[in-house]
Amino acid sequence: MVDTTDHNDDVVAIPLRHPARWIFGGVAALLLLSFIYAVASAKSIQYELVGKFLFDHRIIEGMGVTLFVTVVCMSFGTILATLLAIMKLSQNPIQRWLATGFIEFFRGTPLLLQIVFWGYLGIIFPQLVLGVPYTDIVFLSGDTSDLIPALVAGIIALSLNEAAYSAEIVRAGILAVDGGQVEAAKSLGMSSSYTMRKIVLPQAMRVIIPPMGNEFIGMLKNTSLLQLIAVAELYTAASTISSANLAQIELLIVSGFWYLVMTTVLGFPQRALEKRYGRGFESVGGRAAPRAFKVGRR
Amino acid sequence: MAELMVDARSVRKSYGANQVLNGISLTVEQGEVLCIIGPSGSGKSTFLRCLNHLESINGGRIYVNDELMGYRQVGKVLHELKPKDIARQRQSIGMVFQRFNLFPHMTALQNVIEAPIGVAGVNPEDAKTLGLELLAQVGLADKADHYPAQLSGGQQQRVAIARALAMKPKLMLFDEPTSALDPELVGDVLDVMKNLAKAGMTMIVVTHEMGFAREVADKVVFIDKGLIVEQGTPKQVLDNPQESRTKAFLNKVL
Repeated sequence: MVDTTDHNDDVVAIPLRHPARWIFGGVAALLLLSFIYAVASAKSIQYELVGKFLFDHRIIEGMGVTLFVTVVCMSFGTILATLLAIMKLSQNPIQRWLATGFIEFFRGTPLLLQIVFWGYLGIIFPQLVLGVPYTDIVFLSGDTSDLIPALVAGIIALSLNEAAYSAEIVRAGILAVDGGQVEAAKSLGMSSSYTMRKIVLPQAMRVIIPPMGNEFIGMLKNTSLLQLIAVAELYTAASTISSANLAQIELLIVSGFWYLVMTTVLGFPQRALEKRYGRGFESVGGRAAPRAFKVGRR
Repeated sequence: MAELMVDARSVRKSYGANQVLNGISLTVEQGEVLCIIGPSGSGKSTFLRCLNHLESINGGRIYVNDELMGYRQVGKVLHELKPKDIARQRQSIGMVFQRFNLFPHMTALQNVIEAPIGVAGVNPEDAKTLGLELLAQVGLADKADHYPAQLSGGQQQRVAIARALAMKPKLMLFDEPTSALDPELVGDVLDVMKNLAKAGMTMIVVTHEMGFAREVADKVVFIDKGLIVEQGTPKQVLDNPQESRTKAFLNKVL
């Protein structure tokens, strides 16, 4: 029997040394410093221009458009992705084929190509008519370029592309939910749509959110591709300015800085969401969590 | 004679070429407790899952509370029921699973009241009162705000029983409810089930707990290879089995 009042067997050991860590850290710091020095001392970069344009109203407005397009496209994209994921897991073969076809098509062609296609839709179909085919009933008609301005075309392109990618993320999330959950829900008389909304999707969220955070950041950066169809987002604003004053590098630094700020800030809501949907899967209220991730016994 | 709650007539079920149930016929009267015993792979759990149409059957008929489960019969023609009609049929049949299957993202109380509010349309206040009553009934009044991951296996299973009872079922199905529990936690769950039986609930229990079967069951059925080998009172089947397969099985488990 060990006497617990006597502490002469406490573990007091000299920590293991890690010389390799120090060497590696030193080399990395040296390389980083020399890179920063090279960039800072480059004569071709006029840093006062960077400072001047950092808060230029065109740049700030461009950021506004970038954020707006990102949020709108991610919302549409996620909703459509959830529908596609459910369709792909459906018993109905037609739904499965439709979803698979959509996903294959939009994943299989370059995003750039899709953006240009939607931007130039007016060339293929100069007139758009929304109505009941083979009747005189028309809800809406007009020039394509009026009905679908560049911003809308950009949003359509990015949303559809996003949906195709996120559908697989959502599907993986749904598949990660234990089959016993659906059985329990069925045995209580829940319909399949109720089960999906209240039981399966909330649990799938835990698996879906981390990769969706990636998608969000990817979307934020991909909005810069809308420059091709002249949507006035951040990168377009920066390149418009630089084509006038020829300070390309300076304005790349300006836009790069803001992209980095935005992607960094986006990490916070992601962590909050992860916490929200992690409820019941981890410790609550600072309790030790020996049972974390263990639901039932296998 | 009491009213029939379950009337299963030569139920057959196969997965592809694998015939799991070879024609099982049995009846359960209202208020009766039936225990199904048998070796693993004998089809006893599958039979239980057929009763609330979690599995569809390939032959025979299952009537619960005088309703044909899963189908509508017009003359000699069977029509599949719509999902919402099957869901309605399931509302009067509670089920408790071996692995509890509590909803991990909801507290114990939320687990219990989700279906009454969302499916049966009970107003949230009444559902909460009912939910707390049921949790008290299974001895977990103080755990209402705990998530399943914070509860022991035995506590989780008792919440699962309360959840099933919240839909006010006429029949309760138990699929090996104590098989996944540590031995010292089995008693609490069995006590809850005994009280339920005393209160007059009609129950079908697939179990390996012979002590429970002997004490609580009105009828014991021994199933092997998808067929009923022997049935009768606990005394007849457990203490004085007639069939050699029943004897061999009981020798192994007792």
